[in-house]
Amino acid sequence: MTVGALRYRRLKQRRVFGSLGTALALLCSVLAAGSLLAILGYVVVQGVSAINWNFLTQLPHPIGVPGGGVGNGILGTFIIIGIATAMAVPIGLLTGIYLALFGRGPIPEALRFLSDVLSGVPSIAIGLFAYAVLVAPLKHFSALSASFAFMMLMLPLLVRTSEQAIRSVPQTVREGALALGMSNFRATVRIVLPTARPAIITALLLAIARVTGETAPLLFTAFGSQYWEANPNNPMAVLALQVFNYAISPYPDWQAQAWAGAFLLVVAVFILSLGARLMLRRAMRGLDS
Amino acid sequence: MTDRTRFRRVARFVSPVDRGFAAVVYGGSILFALLIVGLFVELVLGSWPSIAAFGPSFIWKSSWDPITSKFGALPMIYGTVVTSLVAIALAGFVGIMAAVFLADFAPRWLATPLSFLIELLAAVPSVVYGLWGLFVLAPFVRTAVGPALQKTLGWTPLFSGPIYGVGLLTAGIILALMIVPTVTAISRDVIAAIPRDLREASMAVGTTKWETATRVVLPAARVGIFGACVLALGRALGETIAVTMVIGNRPEISASLFAPSYTLASVIANEFTEATTSIYTSALIELGLILFVVSVVVNALARLMIWRVRGST
Repeated sequence: MTVGALRYRRLKQRRVFGSLGTALALLCSVLAAGSLLAILGYVVVQGVSAINWNFLTQLPHPIGVPGGGVGNGILGTFIIIGIATAMAVPIGLLTGIYLALFGRGPIPEALRFLSDVLSGVPSIAIGLFAYAVLVAPLKHFSALSASFAFMMLMLPLLVRTSEQAIRSVPQTVREGALALGMSNFRATVRIVLPTARPAIITALLLAIARVTGETAPLLFTAFGSQYWEANPNNPMAVLALQVFNYAISPYPDWQAQAWAGAFLLVVAVFILSLGARLMLRRAMRGLDS
Repeated sequence: MTDRTRFRRVARFVSPVDRGFAAVVYGGSILFALLIVGLFVELVLGSWPSIAAFGPSFIWKSSWDPITSKFGALPMIYGTVVTSLVAIALAGFVGIMAAVFLADFAPRWLATPLSFLIELLAAVPSVVYGLWGLFVLAPFVRTAVGPALQKTLGWTPLFSGPIYGVGLLTAGIILALMIVPTVTAISRDVIAAIPRDLREASMAVGTTKWETATRVVLPAARVGIFGACVLALGRALGETIAVTMVIGNRPEISASLFAPSYTLASVIANEFTEATTSIYTSALIELGLILFVVSVVVNALARLMIWRVRGST
């Protein structure tokens, strides 16, 4: 065998090896993407059949009584996330403005580090914090404490994104506003923030999507309820919590409702994620022009 | 004028309105910082009775007995570590391979929808993973995956014993699904950030595309990819609801991956509202404190590594 033939064969081997490797890499991507479809498919098939108007609008029925719904949980989800958003947006925005405008030196760096730390803290630990601050002292579970936990979960994303969005507004735009005699306050509120708004709304949508399906901190904050409840000072039903409780129950009726609830959660979260993506595209376009 | 001085001049706040504005901005930021510090302080305060009663041995004692008030965290630490390791072993391999494919091999028409689907995986709520894990994956592990593993690898203690369906392995697989988007998305970005020159130089000396991707690009991106895996590990450690639904919830240590177990997060989820004595509650909060400290350390490490490659945001 000549040296040339040997080389040729080894190249061929290397090419075959390369193709096999590429196929393996393709397989892994398809496996990851396919598992999403497997989960979604199951949720849709099992969930859709159990969804009807009563499911969306009625109270849960006691065990053994068929029918009933998660109307109170849907209402509770809106209330708790609404309050959480109302608390998280001002704090997140102000911290973002601070980091963007005064963002050099050890204190802002420390704040960024803290924000990153918070984004990695497990939600159950944040739930314990909400319990210690708002449940234990008042001696009762409440929707407000759940909102507090959700606020903590939403903050890191809001802080970092609003900082980046404000920073990405060209300095010349700011300078122009100041040159026209605007105060820094007016320049920020009237000129910089509107320019950064699409990016901030994107972050807000993603933050809301993140907490919509969040369950762990609710176990000992919102706690759940069998009734219509709109007072944030009382325990409240939440959709994600109902899905959890129904799923681990031994009753087929409830398990079917868990699938239907899961379907609702998935739809809500996907709409929010897609909305965020569309918003992001708008934000990018806004910066280009 | 340097960027820095220019920045200072513009950001000078002199008028009364601006002073007020600056005060409000400072106030919001201080509140944010206080919330995070408060989180740590409250966890320490809440777990103080337990820390005082059990001392450091809390970490290596393996009894978890609410009736006699003897608490040790070892079974939960074991369950948390094992499930996270199973998850990162599976998700690490699949995620990195997928990232290589998406960054270097896939044509655009394929890469875009695949990336999109994989990233949507991260948006699926934890409780939905748990539901799917409980009713689809657990039976599948009990009837198909488990017996197959036992047949081939049953001689190792890892795959011995009865197969319940719920247990360490099932929890690990669910976690792997949940963290694979993190591994893939960050690794893909890190790989894409490796300069083209490096690939061209490698191809120019006659390597195949696969060799370039795995022996030149991957080693160049390894710190960032490792960071992605550590970040994903941090998520797996603290994941609560999905794991609680499929791990079997038993504070025991057994070598078999088929055995039911418990994790730090899921014992809090299951027992916190039922804790009747103050020392019981405090022991659960101490588990939360351990979880908090571990996740902070793991996340800080991961971010350091990812920053080193991608550059600070």
